[in-house]
Amino acid sequence: MSGTEATGAASPVMAAGRYIGQSVRRREDPRLLTGRGRYVDDIVVPGVLHAAFVRSTVAHGELRGVDAEAARALPGVVAVLTAADLNPGLRPTWQTMMGPQAPAAPFRPLADTDVRYVGDPIALVVAENRYIAEDAAELVAADIEPLEPVLDTGAALDGAASLVHPELGSNLAGEIPAAASPALDAAFGDAAHVVTETFYQHRYVCVPMETRGLVAQWDPASEQLTVWAATQGPHEFRAICARILGLPEARIRVIMGDVGGGFGQKMFPMREDIAVVLAARRLGRPVKWIEDRNENLLSGGHAREEQMTVAVATDDAGHFTGVRAEQVENVGAYPFPGNGSTAGAGCLIFPGPYRIPALSYGATAVYTTTCGRCAYRGPWMMETVAREQMVDVVARHLGIDPLELRRRNVISQAELPFTTATGMVYDTVSPADTLEQAAALIGYDAFRKEQEAAREQGRLLGIGLALYIEPSQSFGPLGTEGATVRLEPDGRVALIMGTASHGQSLETTMAQVVAENLGCDLADVTFMQGDTAFVPYGAGTGGSRSAVVSAGAARGAAVGLRERIVALAAAVLEVAPGDLEVADSAVAVRGDPASAIPFAKLAALAYFEHATLPAGAPATLEVSERFKAPPFTFSNACHAATVEVDPVTGQVSILRYVVSEDCGVMINPMVVEGQIAGGVVQGIGGVLYEHMVYDADGNPLTSTLLDYLLPTAAEAPVIEYGHVETASRLPGGAKGMGEGGAIASPPALANAINDALAPLGIHLASQPMSPSAIVTALMAREHARDDAG
Amino acid sequence: MADHVADTREAPEQGVSVAQVSMTVNGTARRTTVESRKTLADTLREDFGFTGTHLGCEHGVCGACTVLVDGAAVRSCLMFAVQADGADVVTVEGLTPPGGGLSAVQQAFREEHGLQCGFCTPGFVVSVTAYLRDNPAPSDAELRAALSGNLCRCTGYQGIVAAARRAARELAEEQQ
Repeated sequence: MSGTEATGAASPVMAAGRYIGQSVRRREDPRLLTGRGRYVDDIVVPGVLHAAFVRSTVAHGELRGVDAEAARALPGVVAVLTAADLNPGLRPTWQTMMGPQAPAAPFRPLADTDVRYVGDPIALVVAENRYIAEDAAELVAADIEPLEPVLDTGAALDGAASLVHPELGSNLAGEIPAAASPALDAAFGDAAHVVTETFYQHRYVCVPMETRGLVAQWDPASEQLTVWAATQGPHEFRAICARILGLPEARIRVIMGDVGGGFGQKMFPMREDIAVVLAARRLGRPVKWIEDRNENLLSGGHAREEQMTVAVATDDAGHFTGVRAEQVENVGAYPFPGNGSTAGAGCLIFPGPYRIPALSYGATAVYTTTCGRCAYRGPWMMETVAREQMVDVVARHLGIDPLELRRRNVISQAELPFTTATGMVYDTVSPADTLEQAAALIGYDAFRKEQEAAREQGRLLGIGLALYIEPSQSFGPLGTEGATVRLEPDGRVALIMGTASHGQSLETTMAQVVAENLGCDLADVTFMQGDTAFVPYGAGTGGSRSAVVSAGAARGAAVGLRERIVALAAAVLEVAPGDLEVADSAVAVRGDPASAIPFAKLAALAYFEHATLPAGAPATLEVSERFKAPPFTFSNACHAATVEVDPVTGQVSILRYVVSEDCGVMINPMVVEGQIAGGVVQGIGGVLYEHMVYDADGNPLTSTLLDYLLPTAAEAPVIEYGHVETASRLPGGAKGMGEGGAIASPPALANAINDALAPLGIHLASQPMSPSAIVTALMAREHARDDAG
Repeated sequence: MADHVADTREAPEQGVSVAQVSMTVNGTARRTTVESRKTLADTLREDFGFTGTHLGCEHGVCGACTVLVDGAAVRSCLMFAVQADGADVVTVEGLTPPGGGLSAVQQAFREEHGLQCGFCTPGFVVSVTAYLRDNPAPSDAELRAALSGNLCRCTGYQGIVAAARRAARELAEEQQ
C-alpha cells in the first residue's frame, strides 16, 4: 500500500519529468548481479603482500614488549611491524569536517606503551599471502600487564578512575554545557505538568556486509602513493594521508571501486588503514589488508551507546512549554571522527517537528576502554530516539493519546517558516501531514479498537509513532559538491562526480538528473566517480546529502552544458537560442522537428570541424559546476508500527510498519523507498536483536555474526510507504533522506512495545528490547505483585 | 566426487600440505595446486578469478560466498578446495544465460530493487536460484525462512523477498 499527496505550500511540485520522478531500474545492477562488481578485495596488484594485525586481547594494559621473533622466522613473512616502526615521524592529522582544533583522541596507528581496548592493533604482519600472515600473527607474543578497564561512563569521570588516554589527563572527551535560560526556568516554574525520564540506547554497530579494506602502493621513484580503498570518501582518505605523510594531495591517488556498504563506518580512514599505508611506504611493495568479520566487530568502529534524560514542561492541555535534555555518550577509546561525540548536531536538531519554545541541551562524552565510536546512519539520532519516546511518556502521564498529543504540538504548514528554539529554520517541511498520512495508512483508530478487544483476551498489542526532521548536512566542508558534464565526440555524455556512491544508487539517480536537465537520452549518460586523479573534490557520500548537494552539482553542470549546446546549434542554424528546444539528444527549432540536429552531429562539428563554424560558436562542450548548498535542507517523516508482544516468551512480532516520508521531489521513488527500508530494518535490528556486549572486564562477547544478530528476511516486516512531496526551495526541489529510516524506527518500535506493555504497568526505557529484557520486566512485575499480595 | 582423490603431499619447506585439485567451474574444467587448508572461496577467487563470490564473514553466517557444488548451495568459506575436487561448481558468474544478459532470478532482483551495495547479492542470487529449483512454489513463510540464511544490510529485505517471489512466478510461467 502506498499513498502520495502533494502539498504546495512552498512552491509548486515539479511534475514528474521524463526521468525525474521515475523508478528507473538501476544501472549498477547488471554488473553486481553477475559477479562483475569490482570491490577492493577483487583488486589484483602485481607483487602485492598481505597484512594481518596482532591485536590486544585485554581492555586496558601496559604494553611491556612485543616478541615477533618466531613470526619473523616463518617462511613467507616479509615483515612484522610494531609501533616503533610505524608511529614515529607522523605529522598531525584531523578529519576535514572537524578541523584541526577539534577535540579528538590521540592518533597512533599502532599501540605503543599501552593498549586501550580489546582489538587495539599492536603489530602488523606482512606476508606473501593472507594465510601466512595470519599464521604469523598468532606467533607474535605481546607482553601486557593488565590495568583497570574503564567501562562505565559514570565511573570513568570519577577522579579515581584510570585514564584511557593518560596524555589527555581526563576521560572527559567533550562537553556541551546546558545553557542557562530564564525563559526555560519560567516555563518549568509555570508548568502544569513536568515529566522526566531517562532513556538508554545500547551499543550497536554498522556491519556493512563488506568489511573495511585497502590496497596501498608506494612508488619511491616518483614519491606517489596509490590507494584502492573501501571508502565513502576517497578525497577524505587522500587528505588524511597527505596530512600524516606531509605529501601534496595531488601526489596521492585514492581509488574506490564498488564498495559493499558503509553506513558511516567508511567515512574516515581509521588507524589500521593508515598503518597499512605506512607499511607499504616502508616496504616499497604494495600491501593489501582485508579486515575479517571478527576484526570488524571488535575494531571497525561502534555506535550508539548513550543515554539521555529528558524533562518536559507542559501546560494544562499538554502543549510543550519547555524541555531540558542531558546526554551522556560512551565514545570508546579511539573514536572517528574527532572525539566521537554527536551532540553538536543533536543539540541543534532536538526540537524536531514540535513547537518547543524553550530548550536546553547539555552533553558529556566519555572515553572508555572499548572500541571507539564511528559514524552510523544518523549518528546524532539519540535526539529523536529520546524525544519520540518521551512524547509517549508524557502522553501516558497526562492521559492523552500519543497521536493526539503529537497533533497538539506538531508544527503545521500554516506556521512556516518556523524557527526552532535552536535557530533552525523550517520552510518546506510537512510533519503534520506525514503524521496524518501515517495514522491513516496504519488505520490508527481501528487499531485502537482491535487493541482493546485483544487486551480483553490477554493479548498485548501496541502501536507506536515517531516523527522526525532529517537534516541534509551541508555545512562547512560538506556544503559543496562538484560535477563535470562533457559531451563526448560521439555525442554521448560523460558525467564525472565527486560522489562516493556505495549502495545509494547515485550511478542511476545522478544520470537521471543529468538526462532530464540536459535533454539527452538516459542511456547516453555514463557516470564516473571514485578516483581522485580525475573527479572533482567531494566530501564523501554520507549525511543525507546526495540528493541536495550532489544532485545540485549534476543539475547545474547539465544546465550549463545544455546552454552551450544550444548556443552551438543556434550558431549553426542561424536562429536565436531562445527559439530552440532540446529533447532526445537533439536540438531543434521549436515547432520544427525536421530542423533537429543530433548531439552527435553537434559534437562532431565542435570537435572535428570547428573551422567550419561561425565565429562565436562555443568550442568547449564541457561544464564543471560546484554547487553550494544551504547548511541544512530538511526532510521529514512519520513512522508508525504495530506489534504484538508474547506475554510468556517476550517475543515481539511486528504486525505492520508504515513510513510516511516527505523528501521533496523524488528523483527515483524506488530508490527512496529502498533507502527507507534499509534504515528501518537497521533500526529494528537495533531495538530487538543487535547488541554489542562487553563483559565486566571489557571483553567483547559478540565477536561473530553468530552472537551479534542481524535481522534476516524472516524477521523483517513488510514496509508500507506513503509519500508527501513538498518541494524544497533548491533547484530540483529535492531533500536528503538516506539516514531517516534508521533514526525514527527505534523510537517507533519502542513506543509500540511500551504501548503493548502499558496495561501491565511496565515501561521499558532501555534498549535492546529483547525477549529476555521483556521477560525480565514481566517477571519483576509478577514478583512485585506477589510481594504486594 | 568419490572417485576423485586429491593428490595431497607434504611441502617440506613450509610444513603445509599441498594438493592438486580439479573441478568444473561454470562449465569449464579447471585445475590448480593449493594448500590443503585453502578454502573453496579463496580458490575460486584467487586461483580461478571468479571474484563474484564474496566473503562477508568467513564463518558461515552471512551467505555471501554461496556457490553451487554439484547442484547444492554451499558456503564456500566453510569448504576446502580439496573437498570440491572433482565437483561441478557454479558461481554467480555461471548463472547468466549463455547469450549474456540476466537470468530470471537476476532480472527479478533488478526489477524489485533487491540490491543496493551489491556485496551480499551474489550469495542471494545463488541461494534463490537453488531454492526455487527445488521449491518452485514456496509459501511466504517458507520463502522467508529460506532467505534467512543470507544476510543483507542495505535493503531491509523488501526488494529481495519481492524478487524471489517474482522469480518464482516467472520461472513457473516459463515451465508452462
